[in-house]
Amino acid sequence: MAPHRDKLGRPLVAVTGMGVVTSLGQGKADNWAAITAGRSGIHRIERFATDGLRTTIAGTVDFVPAEPFCAPTLSERMATLAAEEAVGQAAIGSAGDFPGALFIAVPPVEMEWPQREALAAAAGTDGDVTYAELLRGAGSGRFKAWHELFLFGTVADHIAERFGTKGSPISLSTACSSGATAIQLGVEAIRRGEMRAALAIGTDGSVNPESLIRFSLLSALSTQNDPPEGAAKPFSKNRDGFVMGEGAAALVLEDYEHALARGATILGFVLGCGEKGDGFHRTRSSPDGAPAIAAIREAIADAGLTPDDIDYINAHGTSTPENDKMESLSCAAVMGERMASVPISSNKSMIGHTLTAAGAVEAVFSLLTIAEGRIPPTINYNVPDPAITLDVVPNKARDARVGRVLSNSFGFGGQNTCLVFTAEPV
Amino acid sequence: MTTREVWITGIGLVSNLGEGIEPHLAALAGEARAKVDSESFAPYAVHPVVPLEWDRQIPKKADQRQMEPWQRLGVYAAGLALADAGVKEDRELLGRMHLIVAAGGGERDYAVDGQILSGLPKSPAPGAFLNERLMSDLRPTLFLAQLSNLLAGNISIVHGVTGASRTFMGEEQAGVDAVRIAAERIAADQGDIFLVGGAYNAERPDVLLIYEMGGFLWKNGFVPVWDRPAAGGGFIPGSGAAFLVFEARDHAEKRGARPIAVLRGVAADQVRRGPGATERSLTALWRSIADGFSDEAGAVFSGASGVAGLTEEERSALAALAPDAAVYATNELFGNMLEAQFPAGLALAAAALGRSVVAEAVVTSVGHVRGEGLAFLGKA
Repeated sequence: MAPHRDKLGRPLVAVTGMGVVTSLGQGKADNWAAITAGRSGIHRIERFATDGLRTTIAGTVDFVPAEPFCAPTLSERMATLAAEEAVGQAAIGSAGDFPGALFIAVPPVEMEWPQREALAAAAGTDGDVTYAELLRGAGSGRFKAWHELFLFGTVADHIAERFGTKGSPISLSTACSSGATAIQLGVEAIRRGEMRAALAIGTDGSVNPESLIRFSLLSALSTQNDPPEGAAKPFSKNRDGFVMGEGAAALVLEDYEHALARGATILGFVLGCGEKGDGFHRTRSSPDGAPAIAAIREAIADAGLTPDDIDYINAHGTSTPENDKMESLSCAAVMGERMASVPISSNKSMIGHTLTAAGAVEAVFSLLTIAEGRIPPTINYNVPDPAITLDVVPNKARDARVGRVLSNSFGFGGQNTCLVFTAEPV
Repeated sequence: MTTREVWITGIGLVSNLGEGIEPHLAALAGEARAKVDSESFAPYAVHPVVPLEWDRQIPKKADQRQMEPWQRLGVYAAGLALADAGVKEDRELLGRMHLIVAAGGGERDYAVDGQILSGLPKSPAPGAFLNERLMSDLRPTLFLAQLSNLLAGNISIVHGVTGASRTFMGEEQAGVDAVRIAAERIAADQGDIFLVGGAYNAERPDVLLIYEMGGFLWKNGFVPVWDRPAAGGGFIPGSGAAFLVFEARDHAEKRGARPIAVLRGVAADQVRRGPGATERSLTALWRSIADGFSDEAGAVFSGASGVAGLTEEERSALAALAPDAAVYATNELFGNMLEAQFPAGLALAAAALGRSVVAEAVVTSVGHVRGEGLAFLGKA
């Protein structure tokens, strides 16, 4: 076997820089301190009126200014902060000259209500407003900047420009597994030998009235608003839905050989990626968990490991009745009896579901778990679900030697993406 | 590193010209012209998609109801491509076929939007009013017709394509990158067979709104794209969808599938725009993969959209790179299908190669704001 390559002869992919922003704060240090203290970032929504809503809480990021305020600008700002931290830590390339491509998971972009209202006002009608009026407003030429703002490729373009990534940047969405997909695309590109480094980012700043109401209408959100920090309770019997969260995370992925040659500090490895589509239903997973099971198995096999090698699982753990049951079933199917003693915890119990960013945010926490030898807890675990017999690391962080982590991401549209992070190559 | 040949073994195409490759090849031969609708969204023009019998590719009415037009178009074209590749009933193969979709987002409920915008200025509590209207008026399942990755999700549900599933966003360049990444993965042995493509519904006021804000819409009836910059430039959005089956040569040979065309290379870049930048980028992409192109036998399927500045630069680049080649502007056939434009250009080029209309082809893409792409195809 060639040195610095995996069992299949592919370049090993190291992580040499990480950055993160969540409702708990900016940067790895603050976030790690908070999640290992079991602190929640979920709070009452103050960004917009919540009158008449069934859910009035979220893990919004309110400390990052974004102007004009809308999902793409907040997502871009958070991605920038996370990427600055990651690229700074990796000390790779030079300022504005990142030696690799960008893969960024961004929330699907759309015009929002304040902009529609402004267009309607510009049309200056007294009567009923239809899209004819909005189009008239759009034709006034006063909203040129909003054309670019609401293109799907703009956040990626701005990040690529700022960090000087190479080639055509990829903006992607695989719903709630998007962050994991960004990492997976970077890993694949490095394994193909196309580049020695890649910047993988997941970002999501889309807590606005309509996006919250959409999830609410699908009965996906927790409605236990009081107290806000108690709402996200993955794997508990009384779990009743997820809590929306915002955040971003960035990882510098690097060909191990390249990282070693330049003397970079290795934070860990992305050793395996697994993915399997599900054609069962638009929002629900196959009841037998077969696609999730296949994705987990593939990730572990791709890493050159067996299920017995996994020390800890960073769960998708959304706190919806269905996900947690399906995930529990799937993990048990792969890990067998040993699953009873494999710790599995959900970061979402504290930061909510950061949606497009989740896979990347949780990748950072998975690698910190390895580095720090401390497993973040699943908080709000007070009423165990007898159907889920897992060691969820209830309520308090636990010190443990963790060398190999499985991180799960599952999403609407039959998306199942699993990653394996390790301290050492295999 | 492994390098495997990438074959195109299936094509699914729908547009204003019709369904399947025949009407599109007829248009290429000058026997048919693109249909333009200048009435429905006047003063804006669109290329409206032909009426389709959805049942033929989306058998369950329940599935049809769960989708908005952009998704139905994509699922329909995906079905055509799978049938063309002869894999539509092969559940085992579909279960390990990978999917890369270039997508934007879905339609809105225009009536609900209008009612809310009419009521908001009169409401004493606009925030509460907005919440109340959205909570009671939005169809719960509309979200699923809007989410970008739910075109891929619907293809998985309706056709059973359930390998890896990735959705790329970012207008024209998303289509280029979907094609590029699929080809790279096959070449490097990261997958044997992919379904790649995109769909676009132009007959929607909310998308016209975006491009009208930027001043990109062409409003003066049908004019060849090359002639538009002189009159201010702009594109006509087009409805349609294109999907292709990409397959490793060894995989196709093993199942006895024949290639329609060979994808010799795909290149993409996204340079900072400025005078001359697009011309330089296209030229560099061409030099990186298409230097072997023969003017006499080949044709260029240009994605030039008629936007001022970019269109002239592309024309200038092509005049230098392939002075004697036939150049077809795919925007004059499909309109601008944004995410689906490059896959559609590729589908048309592959169809022309498959029928020996041309012996080689280059497909170009220049995004109206960003992104350049190029594919080089040959006969099998």
